[in-house]
Amino acid sequence: MIAILIFGVSFLTLLQFFVSYSHSLIAESRGYDLSEQGREIAGVTGRIVRGDQFRRLLQLIAVCPEPGGDSGQVRAVSLYFGLLGLVRVLFGWIEPAVAGWIESERSGCAYLAAVMLDRRIAYNRVLMARQMSAQL
Amino acid sequence: MLGPVDYSLLLADLLVEVFCVVCLLRQKALSQHFTIVLYLCASIAIGIGRYGIISAAGFTSNAYLYFYFYSDALLTISLYFVLMSLYAKVFSEMGISKFVRGGAMLLLAGTAGISYHMVATSTDKLITHFVVELSQNLYFIGVLLTYLLWGAMMKMRENRTRLMQLVLTMGVYFSAFAGSYALGNMYPNLVLWRYVCHLMVMWLPLSWAYTFTKVRDDTRMATARVLASNR
Repeated sequence: MIAILIFGVSFLTLLQFFVSYSHSLIAESRGYDLSEQGREIAGVTGRIVRGDQFRRLLQLIAVCPEPGGDSGQVRAVSLYFGLLGLVRVLFGWIEPAVAGWIESERSGCAYLAAVMLDRRIAYNRVLMARQMSAQL
Repeated sequence: MLGPVDYSLLLADLLVEVFCVVCLLRQKALSQHFTIVLYLCASIAIGIGRYGIISAAGFTSNAYLYFYFYSDALLTISLYFVLMSLYAKVFSEMGISKFVRGGAMLLLAGTAGISYHMVATSTDKLITHFVVELSQNLYFIGVLLTYLLWGAMMKMRENRTRLMQLVLTMGVYFSAFAGSYALGNMYPNLVLWRYVCHLMVMWLPLSWAYTFTKVRDDTRMATARVLASNR
């Protein structure tokens, strides 16, 4: 009985902490301005990135060598994006406002992915510049 | 028996923790976040110890069983110290750090006492049951303490991004482990959790490494943006 109670409470708090953590990652990324090159590669215009661009951005992140330390966050946001998809399937048809909220959340996930891609591109440019200067 | 997947995950856990310690030292955060470094070093030492016992006595041996659960309880207690230091940071301006430390110590002793009582009154008084019960209860108390801290931070409009992310990662970790221990109690032969546990162990060092390398100490964030949607 106690185990069931602990499991139930832990599952609910896990959900809440995870959603808040994902929000904090997305909110933190909003303070980051994407570079021109990052925008061009990610196909972004303005400050809004559409939610449906998320998967493509993830594919670009996967082919870009990482500077270290953000792979766990990429997975965390992917999981949050997947959770949003599940919520849309389950509850999106009940209330149109839910669908609007989900889309804004998915757009936040996509912007965070664009920021991560931009950071990786910047890191790789620095690496390449170093390599070229070492060859000279 | 352990397979190549288990050994790779064991090694990955260790590497991720070493990476996080290096990140913390490079960011010169040792004095500021001493308890986190202490936890990571303890976890690295225990990881090496576990590997040593597996090689010497085997994965299914009693020695490994005892070592695993007792070291896990020790790690959870060191996570309490991390949590206490976060409490101290959040309430630093109110000057109630001493009360927080005292309260957390009392709670820790109380949890150990209650766990011992629960096992002592059961029919099979095995000491291993005590430590499993203790771990489950410690993780659950950790969930409650983190939830309390998060609630206080929201109430006080705490806006230090680093602190917020550290508390939230602790919350995810404690909740995931408390839930998995409870599930383990309900279904003791669930093999899947052996792998999930390894992945959950990597969560804390990975997210801490991200927080310390990507989020500057002076970054601030409106509390409402974490609670509400990100428009």
